[in-house]
Amino acid sequence: MNILLVDDSRTIRNIQKNVLKELGYENVWEAEDGVQALARLKEEIPDLMLVDWNMPNMDGITLIREVRKTNKSLPIIMCTTESEKSRVLEAVKAGVNNYIVKPFTVESLGEKINATLAKAAAGSTP
Amino acid sequence: MDVRYINPFIDSIQNTFKTMCGLSVHIGDPSLKIDDAPGADVSSVIGFSGDAAGSVVLHFSFETASKVCTAFAGADIDPQHPDFADALGELTNIVAGGAKAKFDGVNISISLPNVIVGKNHCVSASKSSPRILIPCSTDAGAFHLEIGMVLTKPAAVSGDVQTAGVNA
Repeated sequence: MNILLVDDSRTIRNIQKNVLKELGYENVWEAEDGVQALARLKEEIPDLMLVDWNMPNMDGITLIREVRKTNKSLPIIMCTTESEKSRVLEAVKAGVNNYIVKPFTVESLGEKINATLAKAAAGSTP
Repeated sequence: MDVRYINPFIDSIQNTFKTMCGLSVHIGDPSLKIDDAPGADVSSVIGFSGDAAGSVVLHFSFETASKVCTAFAGADIDPQHPDFADALGELTNIVAGGAKAKFDGVNISISLPNVIVGKNHCVSASKSSPRILIPCSTDAGAFHLEIGMVLTKPAAVSGDVQTAGVNA
């Protein structure tokens, strides 16, 4: 299981990595922004991607729209401070499978990751 | 600045610190900032744009900032650590993001965070709009929350919160 974390904050990526490690997922790739993430995706497709919204160079919503042009099945979780309803709808429209708002508890992040992976395994991704 | 606008920030800083750091934040009496005080060792700044102008700043001593970063990251982080500024910036980003969601009917964007590090520095801002200082205390130490925000169109502030008093 390969998981790509896309967030400009290394602290957040480390927190996410610790949660993933607790869940048994140790093969984690990292990108600091959408540009780095797209470059990584050209090499290999992960099994799950966690994406921040506000990042330099290329933000998360732009990244997701780019990914969905060619890949409809990659499970994507948006993990962001953007919690307004309009933002959530925008992300869903862009193709995210799940959405978690910062601040998050370790438990809630773990639940969202597990739920998203379970849905993907059941073949219900958009 | 409308004092009703400080409540979303108080709610957000308490929620963010409790959820991400396990720290309860006790809020002191807000006051108008009348000079460049307080002197701080670390200040983390997020700007507003869109239907709002201004910024939110968290001011820390080195000691408190280190303890807060360590609680947030779950690893020892002191001012020499390469993730020190990143951790404080992200924490401020979460506080600002949580607060802006409480303003209904306006479109507010927040900047990427900037973190200023230097013993006993001051952060100056435009004097054209009042800025409010809110003392905060936690088990990790005391710090200040500074807010200066002007909305260019009316907003409703969501949430069942009481308006905090401001001592000029």
